[in-house]
Amino acid sequence: MKAFDYARAASLSDAVGAPACLIAGGTNLLDLMKLEVETPSALMDITRIGLNEITAEGDGLRIGALVTNAACAADPQVRQGWPLLSRAILAGASPQLRNKATTAGNLCQRTRCSYFMDNRSACNKRRPGSGCAALGGINRNHAILGTSDACIATYPGDMAVALAALDAQVKIEGPGGSRRIPLREFHRLPGDDPSRDNVLQPGEVITSVLLPAPVEGRQIYRKVRDRASYAFALVSVAAVLRIEDGTIVQAQLAFGSIAHKPWTDPRVDTLLVGERPSKALFDKAADLLLEGAQGQGGNDFKIPLARRTLAAVLAEATAE
Amino acid sequence: MAQTPAARIAVNGVSHDYKGDPRRSLLDFLRRDFGLTGTKKGCDHGQCGACTVMVNGRRINSCLTLAVMHDGDEVTTIEGLGMPDSLSALQKAFVSHDGFQCGYCTPGQICSAAAMIEEIREGWPSFVSVDVAGHARLDDEEIRERMSGNLCRCGAYANILAAIKEVMESGATS
Repeated sequence: MKAFDYARAASLSDAVGAPACLIAGGTNLLDLMKLEVETPSALMDITRIGLNEITAEGDGLRIGALVTNAACAADPQVRQGWPLLSRAILAGASPQLRNKATTAGNLCQRTRCSYFMDNRSACNKRRPGSGCAALGGINRNHAILGTSDACIATYPGDMAVALAALDAQVKIEGPGGSRRIPLREFHRLPGDDPSRDNVLQPGEVITSVLLPAPVEGRQIYRKVRDRASYAFALVSVAAVLRIEDGTIVQAQLAFGSIAHKPWTDPRVDTLLVGERPSKALFDKAADLLLEGAQGQGGNDFKIPLARRTLAAVLAEATAE
Repeated sequence: MAQTPAARIAVNGVSHDYKGDPRRSLLDFLRRDFGLTGTKKGCDHGQCGACTVMVNGRRINSCLTLAVMHDGDEVTTIEGLGMPDSLSALQKAFVSHDGFQCGYCTPGQICSAAAMIEEIREGWPSFVSVDVAGHARLDDEEIRERMSGNLCRCGAYANILAAIKEVMESGATS
């Protein structure tokens, strides 16, 4: 690990605009610092600035940026109204990691592309302009949607996939003031600048995540992975679905580990609404979702896997 | 380099002022500065759980956190749970059920299990809970899922599970 200066923030205002890398749970950052993939010259510890409470806000919920993943998943209000979020958090990492990892840190976690994590490999995300070793390399875990010639990495997390389905918002404090953006617009596609995972600007700090009022109906998180626990997703599907009189009246879907961001496709949600559940409908939804999907060799299997996982989730969500 | 702020860390009830290179992990601090070598370094990347300790009662990977960040925290290691002449219920159960072979993962397994039992007491759900809003069952599937952050290369899982179950069912202090 490279040497760095360490300082503690006493309040949010110390952190906003600070010329330092912020650290809270540190479970991803310190891992990458040991690998010298991340080499910050200054760390600012933000674990003592508050922002660690979950509070009601209207019919929704405000989750502080520093609420741990474990505390969020175990929170009675979250479990009751937004069980999808609890389930997705509990699908990720291990209990030890969830006790440290925070809400904002989880959103900002980096890809687990093995070439990104290996300093000897070409990687446009880690070293812009160096190329992408995953293209033509071992790319079993990589993206099938929204890729570019520069990067085929995935966003690896579970929590943000649930937040995308729930249409959460991210509250951000910056040197120029605060802003609030939909979670669905927080992460970026790689395009020609994969070094940027999300839309945070230098000096900005996530302060909370806002959940809208709970949706009546079913909330499902299905995660497909190489082992049953403590593994990243190959494909995951988060679904919020409401049915009235046998007809789908609301559908909010999000997909994990198939793109550089939690993937949402409003066309798929729109297609489902107003229809009666059937295998033919689920096939049509998968066709639409995956019409632009492209395998890279090692991850070709993700296309049929995403299709089947979507069909399984829709069948479960619409079963009587 | 700027002056690194100090950190007062209590380990098994003994306070220690940490000063020095901020790069030191809590794991290296425990083993090198404190001489508490019960906590083990396996992968050093948060993937194996051998370094599991409790901080303010919650289990964490001590390899993935900086010692300097733990100012004011109370750390409990395997030595704090019990020593050879004062074994905890979990330590005794791991012995009687043969819950290890090489023993390298064992301190982490036991610290993790002790914290897990407390999490279950507090009603925390897991990924395999049928209803995350409801009460968790205390069956094998739940314990396996909740212990998945601790790997055992020897494959002593069946006996680890038996040891933990015995302590949970007895209601003894872990």
